[in-house]
Amino acid sequence: MHAWLEGIGVIGPGLKGWRASQSVLAGTQPYFHEPVSVAASDWLPPAERRRTGTSVRLALAVGREACEHSGRVPRSLATVFTSSGGDGDNQHAICETLASDVRDLSPTRFHNSVHNAPAGYWGVATGAMESSTTLCAYDASFAAGLIEAMAWVAVERQPVLLVAYDTPYPEPLRSVRPIVAIFGVAFVLAPARTDRSIATLDVDVRPTVSKADLPEGLAALCEGVPAARSLPLLCALARALAAEVSIDYLDGMSVSAVIEPLRPTD
Amino acid sequence: MQPLALIASSLVTCLGAGRAENVAALRARRTGLAPCAFETVTLDTCVGEVRGVDQVRVADRLRHFDGRNIRLAQLGLETDGLWRAVVAARERHGADRIGVFLATSTSGILETELAYRGRDAAGRLPPGFHYRETHNTYSLADYVRRGFELAGPAVVVSAACASSAKVFGNAARAIAVGLCDAALVGGVDSLCLTTLYGFHSLGVLARRPCRPFDAGRDGISISEGAGFVLLEKARHGASGARVHLLGVGESSDAHHMSTPHPDGAGARMAMQRALASAQIAPDRIDYVNLHGTASRSNDSSEDAAMMAVFGAATPCSSTKGLTGHALGAAGVIEAIITAIALEDGFLPAGANTLARDPALRADYLVEPRAGTPRIAMSNSFGFGGANCSLLLGLAP
Repeated sequence: MHAWLEGIGVIGPGLKGWRASQSVLAGTQPYFHEPVSVAASDWLPPAERRRTGTSVRLALAVGREACEHSGRVPRSLATVFTSSGGDGDNQHAICETLASDVRDLSPTRFHNSVHNAPAGYWGVATGAMESSTTLCAYDASFAAGLIEAMAWVAVERQPVLLVAYDTPYPEPLRSVRPIVAIFGVAFVLAPARTDRSIATLDVDVRPTVSKADLPEGLAALCEGVPAARSLPLLCALARALAAEVSIDYLDGMSVSAVIEPLRPTD
Repeated sequence: MQPLALIASSLVTCLGAGRAENVAALRARRTGLAPCAFETVTLDTCVGEVRGVDQVRVADRLRHFDGRNIRLAQLGLETDGLWRAVVAARERHGADRIGVFLATSTSGILETELAYRGRDAAGRLPPGFHYRETHNTYSLADYVRRGFELAGPAVVVSAACASSAKVFGNAARAIAVGLCDAALVGGVDSLCLTTLYGFHSLGVLARRPCRPFDAGRDGISISEGAGFVLLEKARHGASGARVHLLGVGESSDAHHMSTPHPDGAGARMAMQRALASAQIAPDRIDYVNLHGTASRSNDSSEDAAMMAVFGAATPCSSTKGLTGHALGAAGVIEAIITAIALEDGFLPAGANTLARDPALRADYLVEPRAGTPRIAMSNSFGFGGANCSLLLGLAP
């Protein structure tokens, strides 16, 4: 599957946006794991803004960065959202309430509990009526999202915004599903070359697994957050050299991504 | 899009396990909804609980997956010869050439709800709790893929109540780009406290079995269910499949998290896109299985969209008065019901609707009507403004 990459967004510990992170991802500056917080999107009306938790804020923030990087109007893009588990804070709050004597859920908690909450808020924020899907494949969620986004571009011949995001669970869920940090990544992919194109991307599924060679510190992040399985691709894009990278997919499988840069990704 | 053949299917609803029981109830318009006696729930509403879920056993090698949602999935896999059909497809194409595209909204969150009740004094979850295999949204596809020992692509779509309609689109794209030769699509959602108390908090649970398109409709009836469909590229006469998937249309409302667009703009777009993807004019559609949840806002919004796309000339109904609203499984269940209506040649009427809402203008089937549909649509809409319409037709 072939597409043209037009925009990138990333937020994670020590990674505050694509522009600010490129030299770290390229390995020319050292990586420091610094906690990062994400503000609610001012694209949302104030009432909606207050209702959003970390996972929605993260997804919207990286999606916005990728759109702005691409120059595309967000409402013109189909979207693929993918997360290994959605909003753990919200799931925890709901399960606590339901385990108590008074099972009064708040309506906002409930409508935020759907896995596609970020897609819903993205629609409200941008007015995008194009198709949107929300996926989960546990640790393989980023690769599954990349495959779906590439297939969308190939079949529908329309640009798509891919957003992958994960946030840590609070205890006690954290002990059964440790996610070490928040991490979000987004790509705008298009079916044809435009003056916005940064690189070509070719993606295929492979029945093999290989380990990426990541800058110090980033390897642990890659292992510790499913959405950060995108780091081999992000690092290769930051180096702005032709490369083939391998991204973890389902058991015993990987996704191969071949990139060919067209211009410096400034 | 290139049509896909429905090689095999199975459905489990509160009407029964398998096609025969579901068709009998649909024909007799016998609802599967009954006053809620699920778990410790104390809400004054009706639900569609599937009988016999507690007796289902999962394979020993996959025992960590055991929970209500996976048992319901297992029941679906064992129904209507689906298991045999998937095994045959694996022989035909190879384990790595079959994709798994399944849907759920709440997955096995019930197991986490129960585990939270069982926390110890330090707040720790009980030792037998398996988050990955029960609660996680992907657990459904993980279980099914392992159960059949498949090695192709797999994913779970979780876009609320449109999820298991949308998986037909994911499968069609995957087949079109050559990621797989056949696809097992479907959806499973099971009763849990999150959805029951959640919809209660929104004030949209009906007290009595839900009444789609009724003037006095007062909300939805939650149910559970499972549906699976095996899809392959349609080839003339090769598969013996009688129904083909002809089109898929997806859109987003971009309006509100839990309320549909009042004019049905997103729903209209999904229906028009399904027609466009099949290159079929609206006047060739013989029946539409509506999303028809019986909430005030859904039915009026969907009616507006129906009128914009079809006018008042196309028969339509919601089967949720019979099956209830199985949320993430509703799309595939209703796609299968629509396929059965094509195969058996009847127009399914709704149930529980006593006085049709005069403000709604679509040709809603309150009573059965003779007819042998050849092409039909199934609508699914969900929270977050997710919309999907499927177009199914008798094989030429």
